[in-house]
Amino acid sequence: MRRSFAPWANPDAKPLIRFENVTKRFGESTAVDHLSLNIFEGEFFCLLGPSGCGKTTLMRMLAGFETPTEGTITLGDQNLAGVPPYRRPVNMMFQSYALFPHMSVEKNIAFGLKQDGMPKDQIADRVGEMLRLVQLEKLARRYPSQLSGGQRQRVALARALAKKPKVLLLDEPLGALDKKLREETQFELMDIQHDLHMTFVVVTHDQEEAMTMADRIAVMDHGRIVQVATPGEIYEQPKTRFIAEFVGDVNIIEGHVQGQENGLWRVKTSSAEAPLTIDDPDEVLHSGQPVAIAVRPEKMVIQRDPPGPGAINVLTGEVWDIGYLGDWTVYRVKLANGEILRVTRANASRFVESPIDWDEQVYVTFAPDAAVILAE
Amino acid sequence: MNRRLSVFNVTSLVIGFAFLYLPILLLVIYSFNASRLVTVWGGFSTQWYGALFRNEALIDAAWVTLRIALLSATLATILGTLAALALTRYGRFPGRTLFTGMVYAPMVMPEVITGLSLLLFFVAVDFDRGFWTITLAHTTLTMCFVTVVVQSRLMTFDRSLEEAAMDLGAPPLRTFFSVTLPLIAPSIVAGFLLAFTLSMDDLVIASFNAGPGATTLPIKIYSAVRLGLSPEVNAASAILIGIVTLGVISATLLSKRSVLRSRRNAH
Repeated sequence: MRRSFAPWANPDAKPLIRFENVTKRFGESTAVDHLSLNIFEGEFFCLLGPSGCGKTTLMRMLAGFETPTEGTITLGDQNLAGVPPYRRPVNMMFQSYALFPHMSVEKNIAFGLKQDGMPKDQIADRVGEMLRLVQLEKLARRYPSQLSGGQRQRVALARALAKKPKVLLLDEPLGALDKKLREETQFELMDIQHDLHMTFVVVTHDQEEAMTMADRIAVMDHGRIVQVATPGEIYEQPKTRFIAEFVGDVNIIEGHVQGQENGLWRVKTSSAEAPLTIDDPDEVLHSGQPVAIAVRPEKMVIQRDPPGPGAINVLTGEVWDIGYLGDWTVYRVKLANGEILRVTRANASRFVESPIDWDEQVYVTFAPDAAVILAE
Repeated sequence: MNRRLSVFNVTSLVIGFAFLYLPILLLVIYSFNASRLVTVWGGFSTQWYGALFRNEALIDAAWVTLRIALLSATLATILGTLAALALTRYGRFPGRTLFTGMVYAPMVMPEVITGLSLLLFFVAVDFDRGFWTITLAHTTLTMCFVTVVVQSRLMTFDRSLEEAAMDLGAPPLRTFFSVTLPLIAPSIVAGFLLAFTLSMDDLVIASFNAGPGATTLPIKIYSAVRLGLSPEVNAASAILIGIVTLGVISATLLSKRSVLRSRRNAH
């Protein structure tokens, strides 16, 4: 539906939001550290990171609730320095929703429009439109205390969208919803964003949420951006060990570079007898350099029979734990050096004749291009 | 825990409440006494209430009291609310702790001292004692109670509500009047009622700062009793008790409701 959307890859595209060398300090601690970032019009952009990484501060600076200690933020052609929150063409959906408890649903949604001095009949039209968008027409006269968590979330969304902001900021938009509702709402948010052609900036600590919704994800840690890329790139080509471990599950095998053969890296580890062969041509490494090999659990193959002679990347161990998840089975395999690998297997058929059992001797293999080398 | 009331619990409850309320109850009962003698029951009658309403001096005093209470409570509510906002909102300005302590001082200060110091002040600045001096003195006394009530509400106030209003385009002042004020209004009203009742029943500070032109009801009652007990005074006291009770009960209900509301919206 939006396969060709990639303005960040176009060097001529002008970003809508630009953070240039932005730093924010609170007393002694630095929340955001010399950060530069471009966000393009129409993007669904996720700021992802553990709590305290500075993602919320970054969003609050965009909304105008915090002032950068250094650096500039521009929106379109406007430098946002000194522009108070009530004059920014940006609206925010708060984590707590922040619905006005003394106003009905429709009054809440109309609040922003009233501030702009919009004529009454136009306000009514727009409120009606917003209520239809979030499917809350029947609850227009209710008060926030009479709504469920999911309904409140929708009112908050409608209120933030009512003014048609250039950018919608969403602070942990699905954090307070239960799992099932969260999943539904993720897709709904994507549809709404797509239909309205609006730029969404979402703050979240939930990597699944970010992966599902975002066009691009910026992974943050300690006030800095570690990687900005599409969900696929973040998952398949994580730049650092932090990202590999933060986004999804991963097996990390530590070792030393032995050399390069036919464009493939040979890495000596304590986990396997033979050196491991990794196909990661972009890395520039030298012999003896300590590295970490990252392999996603679903890219490893677990088998009972020894692989044939000449097989590469063979790790032997015994089954330590088995977790049956229905769609997947998770095996935890303990290697001879004590390390534990996590290997998943899709349960493609309903019955398996003699499934791999606890304490069984198994062989785990992976293809050279299934792994990524992360320089330490 | 044993949730049922044991004999011991009931007894202590009865004794405690009797200790607190028996004298007041007695006063109210004797205000309906037909006999002229305050301590001898002579049958039921409402004649003293009638006499009370024909006693112009007492009625005058009641009016003065009511006007002072309304005016001083209004002033105290405005000042007390502003103080509460400053104390909860403007972070850690230098001397904040000292300022907080100073706002609460009149609460624990002996009334005689507050009254005396105010008297000395009014004499020093050559301010004629009367209606206005009592009003100002009561404002000083009751302001801190308003601050306490409003401050406790502001502590639980979700700041993101104000941020949301600003985010949606409301400048700070409009944010205050359209979001903050309506939400803390119950606690402001509770503070007002508290200030009102405190002013109504104050004797000590009022008598220090009263002048020839203005006598409040508590002062009048006190001096009347010194000349000899009269059932009229019982009637006046009973009415006063009624008003004060009403004020305190509504203040409690209001602040309870506002706390409940903020809690309901918190989840």
